[in-house]
Amino acid sequence: METNMTAGHEIAVRCQGVKKAYGTGDARVQALRGIDLEVRKNELLMLVGPSGCGKTTLISVIAGILDHDEGECEVFEHNFLRMPQGLRTLYRGQTLGFVFQSFNLIPTLNIQENVSIPLLINRVKRKEAMDRAAGMLQRVGLEGRLKSLPSNLSGGQQQRVAIARALVHDPKLIVCDEPTSALDHETGHRVMELLRDVAMGKGRSLVIVTHDARIFEFADRIARMDDGHIVKVVEDAGQLN
Amino acid sequence: MELIALKMLVGDRAKYLAMIMGVVFASMLITQQEAIFCGIMARTCSAITDTGLPDIWVMDEKVQFIDDTKPLQDTELYRVRGVSGVQWAVPFYKGLLKSRMDDGSFQSCNVFGLDDATLIGGPPEMVVGELANLRRADGVIVDVVGAADKLARHDANGKPIPLKQGDILELNDHRAVVVGICRTSRTFQSQPVIYTTYSRATLFAPRERKLLSFVLVKAKPGVDRAALCERIKSVTGLGALGRDEFRWKTMLYFMKNTGIPINIGIGMIMSFVVGTAICGQTFYSFTLDNLKYLATLKAMGASNFRLLAMITLQALLVATIGFGVGVGMASSIGKIFGGRTELAFLLPWQALVITAGVVVVIVVISSIFSIHRVIRLEPAIVFK
Repeated sequence: METNMTAGHEIAVRCQGVKKAYGTGDARVQALRGIDLEVRKNELLMLVGPSGCGKTTLISVIAGILDHDEGECEVFEHNFLRMPQGLRTLYRGQTLGFVFQSFNLIPTLNIQENVSIPLLINRVKRKEAMDRAAGMLQRVGLEGRLKSLPSNLSGGQQQRVAIARALVHDPKLIVCDEPTSALDHETGHRVMELLRDVAMGKGRSLVIVTHDARIFEFADRIARMDDGHIVKVVEDAGQLN
Repeated sequence: MELIALKMLVGDRAKYLAMIMGVVFASMLITQQEAIFCGIMARTCSAITDTGLPDIWVMDEKVQFIDDTKPLQDTELYRVRGVSGVQWAVPFYKGLLKSRMDDGSFQSCNVFGLDDATLIGGPPEMVVGELANLRRADGVIVDVVGAADKLARHDANGKPIPLKQGDILELNDHRAVVVGICRTSRTFQSQPVIYTTYSRATLFAPRERKLLSFVLVKAKPGVDRAALCERIKSVTGLGALGRDEFRWKTMLYFMKNTGIPINIGIGMIMSFVVGTAICGQTFYSFTLDNLKYLATLKAMGASNFRLLAMITLQALLVATIGFGVGVGMASSIGKIFGGRTELAFLLPWQALVITAGVVVVIVVISSIFSIHRVIRLEPAIVFK
């Protein structure tokens, strides 16, 4: 089914004319003003741009957690807007992984339990989920800390846990919101190396929203946004300016 | 996900304990109020409860409760005995008589006069002596609490000395000899209970034209009690009630004509409101604290149904622990103080069912706000 191709590339996400506004009347803010964007399979795409340009709104629409007002947005040829709520939630749980700026690890659960959550949501048995979570934590270098609480880990380690959680159920698309902004340069660099090493492959795509120019080198392509538009898509960070 | 829900709840110790304390507080007070209410109601009809052998109590048809005796003529006994289906019928005296104490004061006592021949209607348990001792001259049997407390003698230092066999009482200016000590249910007004024979009781009692308080009736085997009551009513023109009916009539009288239900009810309502407020506010605050994580779960594919199941499970855990601890504490208070003080405490299983129902209502109300918040939760807040 996933045969959507453009210029020899298989397409994971296709947005055409996507518009989204918040509020009504005088308080209405047009966050997306007609976004045309494609994310390819096996691609790490970074969304960059100034604050308030619509990056977060766009990844929310792509992730199916926010409805857009106009246009089309398909994720692996599935249009979230046309799916019933229950099916949309199910599809999101199976297809997407999330990495957040502030990690969003549940503080009362140990990291193995945190990583097992996407599997439990997908109704994997608890023992199997815990085993697979342990395996994924091993891949991100945290095999000795399975029973640690998030509060006992450094920021870099917590983001590695978040990456393990995003990957454990083998999703096809991972959306990351400022994954390195809470980390120092060196740690952020290592997190990006890990994301590339562990997450890429298997036809998986990554969409990363970031301000952090220091990690642009990890992108296959960079889409620059401004005022609700994609103003430029480049393959080299040097071409952005 | 269930374990995760519970770990999220238990992990926030302060709020978890506050929620449980809200439910404990409510369930303990509600259970205690219920038990006190049941205890008081049981005391109102303790004389009927303790008189186990007869099936039917025959009385003046205007009698409203056990203490509201309207004496009958002695001949009514024979009329009742003549009703078809009556196996036996015996006279029963019940009255309040004054006992003179050694300091010159008086103590009202509940005096029961039993059929001289059969002694039917006697105390449920003898502690010292035996029921047949009532056949001795001037013999009375005193309940153990009254003997040790209100009817006790006092030594030179004022220390109470419980009545014992052989002690002399002065009942309404008549000599009475203690020939036994029994155990009875506590009475509503906590007066001492004294058993004697019917003829002696009527001798102790102030002179009146009629002194027969009740006729106690046993139905023949296989005779329908309700039908026999109707027959006695129609033949004698008296009132006739089954034992349980009479108990309920007495309790309903007290419920209707005293402030007991409203006073205890207000206590229960206050406990409910305060418990709900504490539990609801804390539970909602707990949900707000976890909103970011609930949104994360929602974004990762957890349905509203699963999140609601998690909240329900959390609420159920709080309810179960709160109910158990609350009822346990109330029972302990009843156990500790019930035997040593005048505390009226009776905890039937129906009271526990009511408490459980109230606790469920508390946690449902407490969870409604949280559930509403979670259903309306936009998963997109995870990126904010």
